[in-house]
Formats: sequence, structure tokens, C-alpha cells
Amino acid sequence: MSRSFLESTTVGFGRAFTRAMLSETTAQQRGLLQSLDPRVRVVGLFALVLAVELSRKIAVVAALLVVAVVMAVASRVSIFTLAKRVWLIALGFTGVIALPAIFVTPGRPIAALGTVAITEQGLRTAALLVLRVETAVTFTTLLVLCTPWSHVLKALRALRLPKEAIVMLAMTYRYVFLLVETASQMFESRRSRTVGVLKPQGQRRMAARTAGVLLSKSFALSDNVYLAMQSRGFRGDVQVLSDWRLTMWDFIALFGFLLAGSFAVWMGR
Amino acid sequence: MHIPDGYLSPSTCGVLYVGAGAGWYGALKRVKRALLGRVIPLISVFAAFSFVVMMFNLPLPGGTTGHALGVTIAAIVLGPSGAILALSIALAIQALFFGDGGITTLGANCFNMAIIASLVAYASYRLIAARAALTSRRRVVAAAIAGYLAVNAAALIAAVEFGIQPMLFHDASGTPLYAPYPLSIAVPAMMIGHLTFAGLAEAVISAGLVAYLQVADPALLRATSGVIADGDDARSTAPSFRRLWIMIAVFMLLTPLGILAAGRAWGEWSPAELAHAASSASTTGLAPSTVPAGLQRLASFWTAPFPAYAPAFVHSRGFGYLLSAMFGIGIVLIFSLVARSLAARSRRKESSA
Repeated sequence: MSRSFLESTTVGFGRAFTRAMLSETTAQQRGLLQSLDPRVRVVGLFALVLAVELSRKIAVVAALLVVAVVMAVASRVSIFTLAKRVWLIALGFTGVIALPAIFVTPGRPIAALGTVAITEQGLRTAALLVLRVETAVTFTTLLVLCTPWSHVLKALRALRLPKEAIVMLAMTYRYVFLLVETASQMFESRRSRTVGVLKPQGQRRMAARTAGVLLSKSFALSDNVYLAMQSRGFRGDVQVLSDWRLTMWDFIALFGFLLAGSFAVWMGR
Repeated sequence: MHIPDGYLSPSTCGVLYVGAGAGWYGALKRVKRALLGRVIPLISVFAAFSFVVMMFNLPLPGGTTGHALGVTIAAIVLGPSGAILALSIALAIQALFFGDGGITTLGANCFNMAIIASLVAYASYRLIAARAALTSRRRVVAAAIAGYLAVNAAALIAAVEFGIQPMLFHDASGTPLYAPYPLSIAVPAMMIGHLTFAGLAEAVISAGLVAYLQVADPALLRATSGVIADGDDARSTAPSFRRLWIMIAVFMLLTPLGILAAGRAWGEWSPAELAHAASSASTTGLAPSTVPAGLQRLASFWTAPFPAYAPAFVHSRGFGYLLSAMFGIGIVLIFSLVARSLAARSRRKESSA
């Protein structure tokens, strides 16, 4: 029991690193999305997510999923990786939530499973929910996999997000990995010192204490960061560099994204 | 509790983005007033800490595991404004980078888990811990209860957001377009898991962290303790009445809006109105078909000084509404001032005895 608790938390930490590494390598490849200005990528993919939400027809959402898959292939994102890391996980999570809707949604019965009737409305709402989640999460994943985090932030800044928020997002992202590594090492060292079975109460105490030590370390870290910022001349005014130029190709792509999104919303209304 | 894209309608997401935006604006303004330079790394590192704490698989009674949000300890150490920002940043990174929670639903997730949860956690911790010493056991219990309440409040709001979807958004055949379950299913389904496990996980980690800080670094608990006034959150302990006055004034000015509504509020009919409406309304079951005898007998028992919110000497209905609002608020204020002076007198007597 104690092994599985310590191991499962350490595995979770490892997954975060793997995801970050995958994102870094995919973003460096030459592909369709990577060739676009990050601002166009952010606006375009957000517009498509919005189109997924606004479309009310299963066929239109399914068509948008096909667009997402084509975009993934053109951006050299592995379909196997998408299936394993995105589609299966989203299907597992949303499938469990959507399944009972097949039976409990009032409507025209089309089949029966024992004494319980499956309704047409239930089937359609479940399919729509699962498809929507899969399609939206595919577009979001494409954005993240094809864009380095620093570029996502710069693009958000170009979209008038407050500077303070951008700086905090950038700083948090950086220290997430440092704290994940620290926590991972703390769990690892505890695992190496654990002999026998740790009772659940002991596990809870251990988790709370680890979190406590991590909190103290976080505060010490924030003090050090502040001192470092001061020593570099930080006076409370945040500067963000922005030196991107939009090319004709970016404008064409942006027009394409917006056209596709608008067409989907119109078709799916 | 991280709502993915597709579960809520775009209009619900829009409304919740506006709600969250108001919370972010207020929190950022308060934090900026404190000292932005110092606060940026503090909130960033705390956001990173919350992110990591959410990855802790906590063993819970019954053999299951759950994860905490870290919102309670953020509210206890940073105060509500800092907690709102730290949790929102952590949730934004989870949504944008790790796909945990959607982009269109980010406003909803921040509204539930960063704003509602932070405010509930902070208010309940302050209320239960009162002015107990920093190392008091009462603070550990207060943190546990605050954590439990905060997570359940956020879950309840999320459940309501889910539950109103099929009611508001469905196609012509009745197919729900977003989250398919009505409130009668969404609320119990969401709350069972949070009342038993998720709330418990937050309670365990919050209590454990406060107990740890009491031994390792009690100074971190001081800012929101109410024991020693200090910084941003100490100011928040002394409520600002100016804003309250402004809000009351705005609501008072808005009272004539009631005139715009046609007809009478359901169940507030006078005998004459009821008799008039009875014939048409009774066919739709909206009102009884005859005037009840009791209503007829007691209607003239008390005659209000401002009937229908319009004193007899005022000819403009809008001005009558405004005058009634001022009169009503005035009476409430006089009552509260009398009650306050009585309470202060009894406190003085107790302390002198």
C-alpha cells in the first residue's frame, strides 16, 4: 500500500516532465502550425475551440475533429501520441460521465438494455459531449505541442493580457518544474527509507509533512527570486519583449482559421 | 472538478469569465496596492506549490485516494486576494499546458476553485480560528473545516453550472447540447464525491500544513491571523464601509426599475387585484379562482404609510420608489445603530464586572 502511494505520486511527477519534454521537441519540428506566428496559432486555435462549443450538430463537430487530425499530421504531431495521451484519457473521463445520459435523458426510446430504455436524445447528447470534449482537447493540445510556452505567453501578451499576469504565469511555469523535481526527490528518498508497510494514517501525515517542507522551501525560493529580481534592477515595472512580424502567410492562415470556425458555427447552428 | 471544454455552453462560460474577471481585477488591484515587486515571486511560487500539491495522491479512509487543491493554505498564508491569483495562475497553467480543464471553461474553473473556494476558505478559517494564538490547536481544526467547506462550496457551484445546462441549452427534440444532467442528478452526483473524499483530502492537507507551520514557521500564519495587524490582509480585517455605502446608494437609485415590470409579483395580490385576475388566471392555475375569506378579512387590518411604495403626497412613481427605499434603509440603519450601542454597552458592563 505504502509503495503504491509513494510510487503513484512519483509517477505523476514523472508524467509532468515527459509532457514538457514532448512539447519542447514537437515545437522545434518543421510543420504547418510551427510555421505560423504564435499569435495566429493562439487566436486561430482558440477560434476553432469556440466553434466546437457553438456547433450544435454532431456531424459538424466530427468534421472539426477531422480538421484537427489533418492539422496534427501536417504539424508532425504523432497520431499515436495524440490517441494515447489525449483521446483515450478524455474518452475515459468523459465516457464515464456521458454513459448514464444514454439511459436517463428523457426522449424517444430506440432500444432497451434489459428493463432500461435507451433514448435517441440520450444517445445524441452523449455522443455530442464526448465528441466536443475530444475535439476541443485536440485543438488545445495541438497549440501546446506546437508552441513553446514562452511563445504562448508572448502571444497572450499581444492579446492585451495584463503584464503582471504574464510574468506570474512565466515564473510559475518555471518553478513548477523545480518544485516537482524537489517533491519527487523527497518522495524518492522517503521511498528508499521505507521498510514494511506504512499505515494510511502515517501516509497522510507523511504527505502533509512533505507538503509543509515544500511550502517552506517555496517561501525561501520566492525570497531568493525577489532578491535576484532586485539585484537586476527590477522596480515593479514589467517589460515584455515583442518582436514578431506578421507575414502574408500568417494573414492567410488567420483568415483560414476564422473562415473555418465561422463556417462550422453557421453549419452547426 | 476541473471542467473541460464542451461541458458548459459558451454563454455560461462567458458569464463566468466576467465573474472571474471581476475577481481577478479586484485581487490584482489589492495586491498591487500592497507591493507588487515583492508579491509577484511570492504568488508565482505559491501557484507552483499549489500545482504540485494537486499532484499529491493522498490516501483517504476507505482505501481510496484523492488530491487537494491547496486553496485553503493559500488563503491562510496569502489572504484571499493572493490565493485567488495564485490558484488562478495554477489553473491556467494546468489548462493551457497540461490539458487539465478547458480553455473556454477556464473562467468557470477559476470562478469555482480560485474565487469561491478562496473566499469560503478564508472566511470560514477566520471565523472559526477567531483570535486564537498562532500555535493553537483551534487553528488546525479551523483549517480542516475551512478546507472541507471551500472544496464543497466550489463543487456545489460547479454542480449548479452543470445542472442548469440541460434546462437552458437543448435542441428542438429536447437533446441537451452540453452537460446532460439536470440539477436533480448533477448536484447529488457531484456532492457525494466531494462531501466524502475530495473535501476530506483538502481538510487533511490544510490541517497538516497548518500544524506543520505552527512548529516550523509560525510567522507565515500571522498575516491572516487577526492577532497582529500586518500588510494587505490586515487591512481587509477592518471592513471598508465606503464601498458598502456606494453599493447601497446604487441599489437605491435602481429601485424605480421595479416599475418597468408589468403586473404584480406572484402571490402579492390585493383582494381587488385577485378578484380581477381570478377569472383569467384560474384557468391557467396561476391564482385561486376565488378570493380567500381570510385575505378579504385581514386585508384592511394594517394600512401601510407608503402603500405600493408611493406615498400619497408624491405624484411621481419613480420618486416615490426612491423615497421608499431611503425611508426603508433609514429605518434599518436606525435599528442597527441602536442594536450596536446596546451591544457595546453590555460589553462594557461585562468587562467592568
